[in-house]
Amino acid sequence: MKEMKLFLGPQHPGMHGNASVHMYVDGDIIKRAFLLPGMLHRGFEKGMERHSWINNISLIPRVCVVEPDINEMAFAMGAETLAGITVPERAHYIRMIILELARLSIHLMSYGGLGSPTGLYTLMYHAHTDRNTILNIFEKITGHRVYHQYIIPGGVRKDLPIGIEEDIHAFLDDLENRYEEYRDLGINNPTVLARITDTIPLPAEVVWELGVTGIGMRSAVNKPYDLRKVMPYARYDKIDFEVPVADYSDAKSRVDCKLQEVIQSISIIRQCLKLIPEGDVRVPLGRGQSMRWTIPKGHVYSVVESSRGEFGYFMVSNGGVNPYRVGVRGASYPQGLLGIEKYLPGTRLDDAALWVDTMGVCSPEIDR
Amino acid sequence: MKKRYSMFTPWRHFKYLFKKPLTIPFKDIFTKKNADYLNKNSIIKSKKRVEESSPREAADNLRGFHTNDWEECIGCGTCMDICPTEAITMAERLDVEDVSGALQQRPIIDYGRCCFCALCVDTCTTGSLKMSKEYIYTHENPDNFLLMPEKLWQGHVVKEGWVKDENSDLLDLERVHMEHEDPEERKSSFVEIVRGYSKEYAKQEAARCVECGVCTASCPVQMHIPAYIKAIWEDDIEGGLRQIYETNPLPGVCGRVCTHNCETSCSIAVRGEAIAIRWLKRYIIDSAPDDIYKKSIMEPISEVIDAKVAIVGSGPAGLGAAYYLRVMGYKVDVYEEKPLTGGVMRYGIPAYRLPDSAIDKDIDFIESIGVKMITNTRVGRDISMDQLEKDYDAVFLGTGFFKPRDLPIPGADHKDVIGAMDFLPKVRDYERGVLKLEDIDVAKSIVVIGGGDVAFDVARSATRLQMLKYGKTNVKLTSLEDQDVLPCSEDELIEGAEEGIEFFCGNGPQEILLKKGKVTGLRLWKCLCIFDEEGRFNPEFDKECEQVIEGQQVYIAIGQSPDYEYLPKSLSEKLTFERGKIKASNLGQVEGLPWLYVGGDILRGPDLISGVADGHRSAQGIDDYLFNKAKKKEISKTLKEMRLAAKEQTPGLTYRQLGKK
Repeated sequence: MKEMKLFLGPQHPGMHGNASVHMYVDGDIIKRAFLLPGMLHRGFEKGMERHSWINNISLIPRVCVVEPDINEMAFAMGAETLAGITVPERAHYIRMIILELARLSIHLMSYGGLGSPTGLYTLMYHAHTDRNTILNIFEKITGHRVYHQYIIPGGVRKDLPIGIEEDIHAFLDDLENRYEEYRDLGINNPTVLARITDTIPLPAEVVWELGVTGIGMRSAVNKPYDLRKVMPYARYDKIDFEVPVADYSDAKSRVDCKLQEVIQSISIIRQCLKLIPEGDVRVPLGRGQSMRWTIPKGHVYSVVESSRGEFGYFMVSNGGVNPYRVGVRGASYPQGLLGIEKYLPGTRLDDAALWVDTMGVCSPEIDR
Repeated sequence: MKKRYSMFTPWRHFKYLFKKPLTIPFKDIFTKKNADYLNKNSIIKSKKRVEESSPREAADNLRGFHTNDWEECIGCGTCMDICPTEAITMAERLDVEDVSGALQQRPIIDYGRCCFCALCVDTCTTGSLKMSKEYIYTHENPDNFLLMPEKLWQGHVVKEGWVKDENSDLLDLERVHMEHEDPEERKSSFVEIVRGYSKEYAKQEAARCVECGVCTASCPVQMHIPAYIKAIWEDDIEGGLRQIYETNPLPGVCGRVCTHNCETSCSIAVRGEAIAIRWLKRYIIDSAPDDIYKKSIMEPISEVIDAKVAIVGSGPAGLGAAYYLRVMGYKVDVYEEKPLTGGVMRYGIPAYRLPDSAIDKDIDFIESIGVKMITNTRVGRDISMDQLEKDYDAVFLGTGFFKPRDLPIPGADHKDVIGAMDFLPKVRDYERGVLKLEDIDVAKSIVVIGGGDVAFDVARSATRLQMLKYGKTNVKLTSLEDQDVLPCSEDELIEGAEEGIEFFCGNGPQEILLKKGKVTGLRLWKCLCIFDEEGRFNPEFDKECEQVIEGQQVYIAIGQSPDYEYLPKSLSEKLTFERGKIKASNLGQVEGLPWLYVGGDILRGPDLISGVADGHRSAQGIDDYLFNKAKKKEISKTLKEMRLAAKEQTPGLTYRQLGKK
């Protein structure tokens, strides 16, 4: 039969962000596939060199739209390490609350996103409703719903608003109550289960070859390699949580890991709210006004655990007001660019969107 | 956990019929107000208040559209500088009142670019720029997305969203600590009190500047303050030095004793401590090695017009005029009656504020570019004014206020009642070893009358002499003004109090008490008001509230007056005097005597930096005058071109210097 070329994205409900997967199909079996990134290339890395350390906080969240806080965190951590400043204790806990709320929001979005390739839109509506509640909380804390620009070098921009703990607790209680319902709706639902079980597996031996991290790797190799555990940043070392793992990475086990992480994140946020001390939330990066903050010469690779894996910023400072060079390690780069080329061939056309969703491919991270 | 399924499993979903539906409540996203809003093209067209027709109310912290209180805003433009998307530009608004410490410009925001990051709000120097809770705005004309935020959003009072707090503030409001000599130690010597910044500290202090330029507008000589502060921050002493000499040839002096209008108007001072502009200027001069001077500033001297100018008096105005005239290529001779040049800087201000080394550095440089200093020559005694008129093409008078003003009260003619300008030159002479301690007659207890900087100079110098002579101090200071409105600078008041001066402010002296031919004290009445209803100096006293303070000497520092004895009668008849000052044009040219220019105290009253400004202005005026005069002799075209080229290299007068509105 004649080979046919099809596009998944950039305008497609199954594609996350403005990237396109070019697929050559024979029937509904993919023969060849490759990602065409560059559709939203805004030159983030180059742009960062032209903004001062403080101005960059308006640019960096755009490297990942749905989970912008990891960018802010990695950037801030790098700048703090180079400048040699100590962040106030309260800021660490606020940062963890923000990061875990962001993790919840992206896991919910991704779980809801499972609805579109599997045809179960109810799941998406529920998940987005809960995500909306998280965005409301973000709006109250940071002043924005999506690009928060809240975690900055030196701490966070503002203290938590009064009474936000009640909002967070109410949301967490509600989500926990309906957790089983969520499972029933998606991963325990026989129709969905049939679509995701044994679909596009990621063999354990190629994890190293591709450089996949995060849930993709943990579900494949059965090892709890999570940067929050192995290289704790902020105050994750004072928090008690588990890292869900699996020994066989198909779409189902990846979704399962995500749902288990939702429970862990709920627990982390509760512990943070319990342990959070009083005090300042920010220290200045140096003397002087923000546009004249300089950071000593040096380079640093600062890394955080995003919902999709290891997310890192390699930053070089030449002692000036701007970063000399910034390199971003997007967490979904391996599975997005290489994984699609390597592991989509042989699967069915309608499973391509499942790979994008369960591996968490975020196109701005690949473009950056 | 494996779930068990049976044929009844689907039935369990019927329970959801009785559960609350899980959706975003409709009213949260699409209220009646929201519907109203959507039915209209534009929210502004709505006659109702914005709140009534806007959608869901946002969170308290929302970074919505900006509001800017124009009453508070000083147009510093820091918001424009920090904006990461370059959405903000400053628009000139001449309808805003032109006041010191503010610029006539306001931010204009392009909402096509704005990313609502609120960095502009967090860095606003005054806190006038805020963000509201409003987040919806539509208009059919794309140009209408350039908005100039005002206190009201679209003409309505709206709720505040993101406002800056102490955590989000991106400015550094605290001044870098400056080392001062300890009060107890400095009391017994004339060592300079302010030690000056080290390189590291100067850079830290310079980093606080937001380069707004409000200070430049308030400086009499319009120094390029943000530029040289930036040069310090970039560790570029040479660049800073060039910037400074463009407008001020006495930076070492001004870095110590200037009245610093710049710091008063500094935009950081609206909410915090002003940038230490004066000390930063001093840092540049103190840390600039001599070879940098030679290398960088001596280049642009031109020799174009063959004309000679005489400067009478080597104070700030005279030296200012001399420097700029020399830079423009004229031959300049400065006449000074005293053995050392510098005028009030050399013989008035005490060394603990302005040491000789600082004056020397500035004046030596002016001398080294070719200005001839003729000392020990009093015009009117050693050389006549007529002679000057004959020998030179133009004459500049900058003779200053050097005569103490008398106090018309009983007992003021006693020999132990001393004028400030009689005492202070002796103190300076003692410091440089011309006089010995025994030569200066300082009593064990002293009363100083006056509340200005000169009064404090007298009181604090007397404190030091008493310490050296007797080992203890007893100095009292009395003034008409209350202590909180003293005309002196704040530093003087604080440091004077630290050194043990007793204050009797808000009292008017009535009589100097004498006993057996010796001064024993001063009788004071409570001062009720200083100026009458028409604003004239006419103090009223409360006779009931009388006070007598003891003292063996009384020093009078209630102001200085000029001494015009050196002017021949034929000349002074042609001059118009107004309250001791000579009437002249804005550039210092005397009406009817085009060759005569005046500046400094005798034109505008006592202020060091205004004197420098006068010198600068008069130099421009003299240049214009001499050029026009030369033109009558039909100078060659080449010469004219050369002069214009030279003029381009010299700093011009700014808008404010010309006094234009």
